[in-house]
Formats: sequence, C-alpha cells, structure tokens
Amino acid sequence: MTTTRTVLDPTSELVPAGIPKVERPATIDGLRVGLLDITKPRGNVFLDRLQQLLEERGARVERFAKPTFTKPAPADLRYEISTKCDVVIEALAD
Amino acid sequence: MMAGVGTLLAVVKADCPTCTLVRPVLDRLDVEIVSEDDDAGLERSWHLGIDTVPTLIRLDDGGAEVERIVGWSREQWEAFTHVSPLGDELPPHRPGCGSKTQDPSLVDELRARFSGSVLRSRRVDLAELEDEHEAMFERGWTDGLPVVPPTEARVLRMLEGTTRAPDEVVALAPPDLVECTVEKVAVNAVMAGCRPEHLPVVLAAVEAACTSEFNMHGLLATTWFSGPLLIVDGPIAERIGMNSGINAMGQGNRANATIGRALQLTIRNVGGGKPGVVDRATLGWPGKYTFCFAERTDTNPWDTLAASRGVDGDAVTLFAAGGIQGVVDQLSRDPESLTRSFAACLRAVAHPKLVIAFDAVLVVSPEHARIYRDAGWDRARLHAELAALLQVDGSDAVQGAGGIAEGLPAHLAGVTLPKFRDGGLLIAHAGGGAGLFSAIICGWASGDVGSSPVTVPIGT
Repeated sequence: MTTTRTVLDPTSELVPAGIPKVERPATIDGLRVGLLDITKPRGNVFLDRLQQLLEERGARVERFAKPTFTKPAPADLRYEISTKCDVVIEALAD
Repeated sequence: MMAGVGTLLAVVKADCPTCTLVRPVLDRLDVEIVSEDDDAGLERSWHLGIDTVPTLIRLDDGGAEVERIVGWSREQWEAFTHVSPLGDELPPHRPGCGSKTQDPSLVDELRARFSGSVLRSRRVDLAELEDEHEAMFERGWTDGLPVVPPTEARVLRMLEGTTRAPDEVVALAPPDLVECTVEKVAVNAVMAGCRPEHLPVVLAAVEAACTSEFNMHGLLATTWFSGPLLIVDGPIAERIGMNSGINAMGQGNRANATIGRALQLTIRNVGGGKPGVVDRATLGWPGKYTFCFAERTDTNPWDTLAASRGVDGDAVTLFAAGGIQGVVDQLSRDPESLTRSFAACLRAVAHPKLVIAFDAVLVVSPEHARIYRDAGWDRARLHAELAALLQVDGSDAVQGAGGIAEGLPAHLAGVTLPKFRDGGLLIAHAGGGAGLFSAIICGWASGDVGSSPVTVPIGT
C-alpha cells in the first residue's frame, strides 16, 4: 500500500536568498534619512519628533507616507525611497 | 499483423476466469498480449484506461486506438478479428472481470506510480525514526492541529476532484505573492482533511482570497481579529455534504471544517502568512482555524447571498470575519420589531460610536426568517428598513460623547451618518430549525482601506 514516508512540500519552496544586511552607518551626519509614515493615527507625532532629533544631528530628512496602513507600500513609493535615501525608518505606530 | 484488422492488443490478468478461458483463442490469433501481472503490462493497462479484462484493442498503423471490445463474445470476437470460426469449444459469451487498475486497494498506489510525474512539488523524505505527524509540526506546516501527511497518492487522488491541470496557477498567494498552483492547493487540501469533491470550493476560495479587493495581506497583517469566512451557495453545497442547518457555524461537519481550513493552510504554507510573523493579530479568534458554512435553502425566504451579489449557482463569498455575536429575540412576532432588534445589536459592531469603518454579516436563522417570509419582506426591504434604523447621530458618537473617549472626529457632531457603508452589510440564512437566535459576524476595516467581500463562482 501507499507509504507516507515521502510527502510533498506544501510551501512555496522559496529558498531563502540569504540577503546580507547593509552595514550600519558610522554616523548619520550628512545622510539622507527617509521617514515612512504608514498612516496609523499619531504615527506622524512620533516621526515629527524623530525628524527634529535627526536634523539636530546633521541628517537630511525626507518624509514619505503609505496611502493606507492596511496594504503594502506601492512599488513606486518603495522605488522613490530607494533613490532618495541612504537609510529609511518605518514607523509602525499604534 | 492480419490483413485489414490492424494491430491487435489483448489486456488480460491471471486471476480472471474469462481471460483463462480465452487463452487458447488468443494463442491462435496474431495478437500482442499485455498482462496486468507484470509491472510493464500493468502500467500499459493503466495508460490505456482498461476497466475490464479481457479487453481487445485495435490499433492503426500509427499506434492509435481505433476501437475496443471487452469480455468474451464469440460473435463479437469473430467480427473484430475477421477470423471465423473462433473458439468453437467455448461458451458463446462470458463477461470479463475488473481490471487490476480499478482495484480499490491498488488504485491510489497505481496512480502515484504511473502518473506521479505530473506533480512538481519538492519531495520531502521523512527520516526513518521520525513520526510523520510530528514531522508536519516540526516543519511548520500546520495550524497547530494535526494534518494529514500529503503523500503523492493522496495528492493525486485529491486532484481527481478538479478538471484543472496541476500546474495551472490559481492566484498569487499573499503575503509573499508567490504563484499558487492547483497542485499546491491540493497538497494543502489533503493536509486540511478535504475530500476530492471539496477541492473546487477551495480553489474558488483561494482565488477570491487573493484578489486585491479582499486584501488577504492586510487581513493577515492587521492587529484586528479577522480571518476569512467562506459562505457557500448553490447545489454543490448539498452535493459535497456541507452543513447549513443545526450548528452550521460549529464543529462536526467535515466539508465545512476542512474547506475553510484548506484556505488557511494554503495562505500559511504557500503565501507564507504565519501568526507572529506577518499575521499580527492582537488576540485573533478560533474562526482563524476554519470558518465556513453553507446557506440553507429549504427555509430561505430570499435568493442566495451570492445571487444577491450577482453570482448565480455554485459560488463562494469571502468575508473578513472577526467574530460572532449572538442576537436574542424570542418575543418579536412581526418583522418591524425583529428588525429593530437586529438594528440595535448591529449598532454595536466594533463599537457603538464608530460608523462606516466596519462591515458585518447578519445571519438570519430559520425561525427568524419565517417572520420575514410570512410578512412578505424580501431581501431589499430588510436592507432598506435596517439602513433606516441604523442612522447614527454624530453628536452621540463624537469623541468624548457619553463619557467615552473613542468616537468620531468632533466636526461630525450634528451630522447623521449610516452605521454601514453602502454594501457593507450582508444578509445570509443558515441554522437549525429551532431557536429564535440569529448571528452578527463582525468584519474588518471596510472597503478600499481594508477588505471588501468577494463572491466568485465555483468551477470544476
């Protein structure tokens, strides 16, 4: 009869690509820092304060926002951030 | 080869008295004998689709089948072979026997052996000392309950439930947005405990869940409770044994339980949507294991939910369901009073002071539905009366009103607002014949900012 010793993989079989982490910058002075607001209530309050602190330390801050927090950021927005920023901070506020 | 008769093939097996009976006749003829008693012969018989032995087949010069006859009939065999007299010493006719390829104890194994190559999923060999059920848990493939190990034989049998090809892409499964094939859905349906006849419903549900309107990615990622609810309509529900009656939303019915679970396992395993990773629900709820029921037809005063949403016949409606609240009304005997009860309870969906942001399904039970049927209220009438009763005075619902900080922005004071957006309240019918109770199923963030209900036809 049938054996259950071999089974079929139920997953997407995506092999983890092993993407190396970007090295942490030694300083943020002069860096272009993107702040991505996911549009949860009061996330902007947090980001406003963060922007102030970053600018005091010499960073140039660019602000971005997702159209809705319920969906992934649109591809165009992700691309725009990648062209304008060295690092990005995403605010997962609630 | 005999002139004018093409090439002849005879499929036989040892354990068949009729095959033994005709053996001397076959020996006289110029015919290739295919025996189901050896592996090569059995495989050939499988691919020829033999039901009965002996089967006599005529092939043309290109090797394509022209015609076949089964069993033994002297008259038929003489006409087929152009040889007469034939088998004088035998009785004039004898029925054949079942082919080995149709033996219920062999059929799954043979399907795996002879057509397993159509499956593309990675084979995972379990270690000898590994318990197969523990192995499913350890690989992260289950929802916390045991699953049926998805062997080739089981997956091939599951695929018998659909006419679609195993490699056909059903949808891009969120959150990883990977191509989800019919085969991958079948693997997960096996694990969920489905029968092959359930598969078309699961395929339709996967398709609906992966639309941008339904927004399965967001549904996973939200901290809110919700998971997909499947409401099945059409003749298929009864045919595959779904429950729409007593305990329709509860445990105990295989089709209801496993179809909803198969969708969740597909999203988990193929899409990669796992609790604690992309699934960020603060509390979640047990409906995220499975939540699936059929609409009851014999007591339904209205058309089906799917038909009201423009899809006749077999269909499944997906809703981002976040829990059930029971509605008690054992005293109303007229539709006006009962509708006021429903409206009062619906007002509390998510929060009594919040409007438009959440959808809901009202599941009207048979004893409540009878009141509407007797009064001649159609679905549109009930929707209209509920909408009229579910107008919220913004002054009562703004932040701070009633001593409750939660609420609408202050500028909406004095504005009258509907509790539900247009199309945000669905009405379905299910449940046992006794009980003046109905149910409200709370939704999630509604419409473009969250999820919209999606209804799709169920294919084959």
